[in-house]
Amino acid sequence: MEVGKLVAVIGDEDTVTGFLLAGVGHRTAQGSNFLVVKGDTKLQQVEEAFKAFTTRDDVGIILINQHVANDIRHVLKDYNATIPTVLEIPSKEHPYDPEQDYIMQRVNMFLGGGT
Amino acid sequence: MAEVPPTRMNQQVFKLKLKAAQGGHRLLKKKADALKVKFRDYAKSIAETKSGMANDASGAYFSLTQAEYAAGNFKQKVSEGSMTARIRVGAGVDNVAGVKLPVFSKYETGASADNQSLGLVGGGKKIVAVREKFTNLLEMLIKLASLQTSFQTLDEAMKVTNRRVNALENVTIPKIEDTLAYIGRELDELEREDFTRLKLVQGKKEEEQKAEAKRKALLPIAPGKENEADITAEYDAGDDTDVVF
Repeated sequence: MEVGKLVAVIGDEDTVTGFLLAGVGHRTAQGSNFLVVKGDTKLQQVEEAFKAFTTRDDVGIILINQHVANDIRHVLKDYNATIPTVLEIPSKEHPYDPEQDYIMQRVNMFLGGGT
Repeated sequence: MAEVPPTRMNQQVFKLKLKAAQGGHRLLKKKADALKVKFRDYAKSIAETKSGMANDASGAYFSLTQAEYAAGNFKQKVSEGSMTARIRVGAGVDNVAGVKLPVFSKYETGASADNQSLGLVGGGKKIVAVREKFTNLLEMLIKLASLQTSFQTLDEAMKVTNRRVNALENVTIPKIEDTLAYIGRELDELEREDFTRLKLVQGKKEEEQKAEAKRKALLPIAPGKENEADITAEYDAGDDTDVVF
């Protein structure tokens, strides 16, 4: 058993490639810790991958493209454990929109409502 | 409230309870305040880091596009074959006012980089740049993940603490105060009852005495016999032996 947890990635080809180059990729006989979402990838597949990553105990952080996150928002909403942490990141084609991020909504609500 | 027997002992017990509840309330309020301060800090740094991340990410994607231009389509190759993670995250624990917050830290396994031969034909430098950029971005994201997890945990902890504070303030303490008031009322009542009873008994006694005195005053006193009891009656002359000289 290795020390530390993995960083899982769900995103378009560019995102996944970039993070694989950075060295987060992990593929064993059981499967890999990343999913490339292309135009023809079914929504169900993404949902299943997300659910699989969240239930794996060797995953610490899940990076997910924001536009992909928007597609499976209903699954994300139901997910409320702290570890693994789900982090929404921008993708190449879709610039980052803080308005759509659940955490940012909460932060803004707090900062806006508190000050 | 009525299930507590109103005794002095229970009064004492509930006084102690009230004190404990008030102490707990004070402490919890302090904790909630501490959490709120931390929470605000985290919220601010998340807002800052997230906007910084957007810039970093677009830079990283741009370098990836450059590399693609220089080295051709290498994306397929990157996601092929088996690989082991070179970068993992270690989980530490930070403690804020008794709330344990998970903290991720980057952890390099020391495994050799996969796909070392990438870009051998061309664009190797660009690919190295992509690696660097994405590693930086990843570091930032790991930091952000820590912040976000802490934020969520704090959020949850704050909710729980506030709920406890409110429960103490609005339910537990008033309940104890009600019980105390009830016990005090009942004890006073008992005291008053005792007092009236004593008064009543005293009054009756006095009345009886007065009546007795009146009765005696009405009776005619026999001459030469002021006393009720005739002391000489108890002595019979025949009982005495004759005195022989």
